[in-house]
Amino acid sequence: MAFSLERLGKYNPEKPTENRITDIGPRHFWEFFPPVIKNNYGKWLYHEILEPGILVHVSETGDKVYTVRCGGCRFMTAENIREICDIADKYCDGYVRFTTRNNIEFLVDSLEKVEALKKDLLSRKHVSGSYKFPIGGTGAGVTNIVHTQGYIHCHTPATDASSMVKAVMDELFDYFTSMTLPAHVRISMACCLNMCGAVHCSDIALLGYHRKPPIVDDEVIEAICEIPLAIAACPVGAISPDKTASGKRTVKIKKERCMFCGNCYTMCPALPLSDKEGDGVTILAGGKLSNRISEPKFSKVVVPWLPNNFPRYPEVVQAVKKILTAYASDARKYERLGDWAERIGWEKFFEKCDLPFTEHLLDDYRLAYDTYRTSTQFKFTEAAWAVSRAAGGID
Amino acid sequence: MAFEPKQPQKKLKYEELRIYTDEELRNYTEEELKNFKVKHSIPDVEELEKGPWPSFVADAKREALHRKKLADDRVMIPKDVVEDLLGQLQLSFDDGETHWKHGGIVGVFGYGGGVIGRYSDVPEKFPSIAHFHTLRVNQVASKFYKTDFLRALCDLWEYRGSGLFNMHGSTGDIILLGTTTEQLEPIFYEMTHELDQDLGGSGSNLRTPSCCVGKARCEFACIDTQDLCYELTMHYQDELHRPAFPYKFKFKFDGCPNGCVASIARADMSVIGTWRDDIRIDQEAVQAYINGEILPNGGAHRGRDWGKFDIQKEVIDLCPTRCMWMEDGKLKINNRECNRCMHCINVMPRALRPGEDTGASILFGAKAPILEGAQMSVLTIPFMKLEPPYDNLKELIDKVWDWWMEEGKNRERLGELIQRHGLWRFLEVIGVPAMPQMVKMPRANPYIYWKEEDVPGGWDRDINDYRARHKR
Repeated sequence: MAFSLERLGKYNPEKPTENRITDIGPRHFWEFFPPVIKNNYGKWLYHEILEPGILVHVSETGDKVYTVRCGGCRFMTAENIREICDIADKYCDGYVRFTTRNNIEFLVDSLEKVEALKKDLLSRKHVSGSYKFPIGGTGAGVTNIVHTQGYIHCHTPATDASSMVKAVMDELFDYFTSMTLPAHVRISMACCLNMCGAVHCSDIALLGYHRKPPIVDDEVIEAICEIPLAIAACPVGAISPDKTASGKRTVKIKKERCMFCGNCYTMCPALPLSDKEGDGVTILAGGKLSNRISEPKFSKVVVPWLPNNFPRYPEVVQAVKKILTAYASDARKYERLGDWAERIGWEKFFEKCDLPFTEHLLDDYRLAYDTYRTSTQFKFTEAAWAVSRAAGGID
Repeated sequence: MAFEPKQPQKKLKYEELRIYTDEELRNYTEEELKNFKVKHSIPDVEELEKGPWPSFVADAKREALHRKKLADDRVMIPKDVVEDLLGQLQLSFDDGETHWKHGGIVGVFGYGGGVIGRYSDVPEKFPSIAHFHTLRVNQVASKFYKTDFLRALCDLWEYRGSGLFNMHGSTGDIILLGTTTEQLEPIFYEMTHELDQDLGGSGSNLRTPSCCVGKARCEFACIDTQDLCYELTMHYQDELHRPAFPYKFKFKFDGCPNGCVASIARADMSVIGTWRDDIRIDQEAVQAYINGEILPNGGAHRGRDWGKFDIQKEVIDLCPTRCMWMEDGKLKINNRECNRCMHCINVMPRALRPGEDTGASILFGAKAPILEGAQMSVLTIPFMKLEPPYDNLKELIDKVWDWWMEEGKNRERLGELIQRHGLWRFLEVIGVPAMPQMVKMPRANPYIYWKEEDVPGGWDRDINDYRARHKR
């Protein structure tokens, strides 16, 4: 069979259930494995990263598979996918793999093919000069940033995603193509705290955040929203029922109680909260997912807010570089960013990263007390002397 | 070994399916691309063409040019959708706000998920993306593909949609960004009939399950992550396509405690491979690491001179349970004390391997911060053997869902319900006893919800009886 060229294809709108196929799930994975993967499934003995972006996996059968990993854009076009297919057809018998972190992996069975592939991949550039397929993203470096939809295709973002990732990765490019850090660093980006990207356990997380309470669209809220659902959606009870002067049902918002989560807007389109001056970027750091050495842990807010300075976000890029540079020079081998911060103490983290600690970083949401220090075990930094001075404890 | 699909799979040949000719696929020159200007002024967007990292703008512009040069009847939605999308992105930069409207109910007949309605709120400026809906396509487990499939999908999506993708979305699906309502059914029809491929999940249903690379190319995998992912995806097709839950529910399958698919942070049910016997040791390879013949950590640190490998400092002293030591030149592990963190195995993959009696730990309840704050999954089942058809896991899932569908509030994730009702109630529901492994530490407050049947004599007492002993 072939694809239909008819406007509605083979679909008959008069009889929508005719010949309908449903619930068939995805294609089965086995047919998409290259032969070397099929032959060695479950038999892999060990792997080695030969150089940034190049891995070899060795099987108990003696087979080897070489992987060339390239950075990719999560947002990509049919043109780009076809180019990936051209490369896969030329070098990999028509097989290719994508990773969880939006990288592209080409698998080959010899070092000669690796060399040819590398040369080809690095020669491919966009007309504007950027690489199409930079090689790297392995080992103790920075791999690709996972991210969300942003202004490209989402209705709730507090910032854009693809552009911020591009701006940050341009600056961290050398960390992608090298393995010089104490451990791997996972950076993730979500453009609002719905976090369809779930960035909350990343070494560095970039998070779009609103700072103005929703505007109530009194004229339409009654017609387009379930008002009780909108009220119930607020986790801090800041929304209550109200009536307009003309007697229409609406809601009012206790503005000082709002913490800008946007959950009400998700439930009710008549409560928009995006705003040019209000919206910006929060940076969190020190999270991890793996169980290696220490337990998985959440990222912590280390920069409360930076402006959405499109298209390059210089303040955000600068803050990420500060954190990364301090970590690179101070952490021990195998130590993840969060483990480093915990070893030196968060007060030293702020000192070494040259980041101000403001009252915004003191938790006041659920379980806030868990984050308060209830001991005399601390280290003196400039921030400590400032408090002592303010209390009249020292001159 | 080999795996069989649950139903026969159509062999895909791009040459039989293709829509576009070779000439159409190569319909512009590099020179034309260099000189190409989209119809809107987009200076800030174009700024993102610079710099070494792959530019999504440069990529989008070639798609825009390619579409522009196709004949009018060779695309079923406006040819200039990519140009309008870039124009709207520039406007969003100017305004510091998104220009997509809030949702909109569209879909394909019989499904409640897989399609997300999307409308521009400035259709007069960007008419081609006035209706620009998303489809989620259930990715192949662990994201290996054949080019025949990808090329066919590209032709279909360029013909009936924007030609813009996410490879892949956060949950794992292939995301098709942007088409009209009219084309949704034709796309679904062609996808199911010609590509043997279904949509993924969205809304309050089972979201598209995903897994790590697993045994396909990793020596650490303790479970068949792809097979599990595929089997459960197929078994729960109804739950995936027809929203009947309080909110979303995610399954993710990690082959080992390294957790490459991040199940512990984002899946309502996190399945993480592990083992219950002893770490396998090759003492000769241990010596080779000590002698510097093999690079530690699979060469992950080779970009910097960290000095000679020191097994004491880099492995034994970093072991979180201190269950390793050297004795007579041999590495010893007290496996009863090991908590399987993977560090030693990661550092010396040629010398140490997970045990052979493998299965998975099952954890429940992870979610992003909306609403009660972020949660990670809670260790619930320490070890479960997982063999096809995974009936033990399916029975567990069914119990969890029955409870959550009964008790969960609208938009309440499983992890929030467990918090609201208490972990012990969840354990009652799934029929397992409590164990100390479920907590970091026991509770510090004594506010225990004793049940009436726990206390001899019950709770109903007579005040007169009490007053007979105690005057007012």
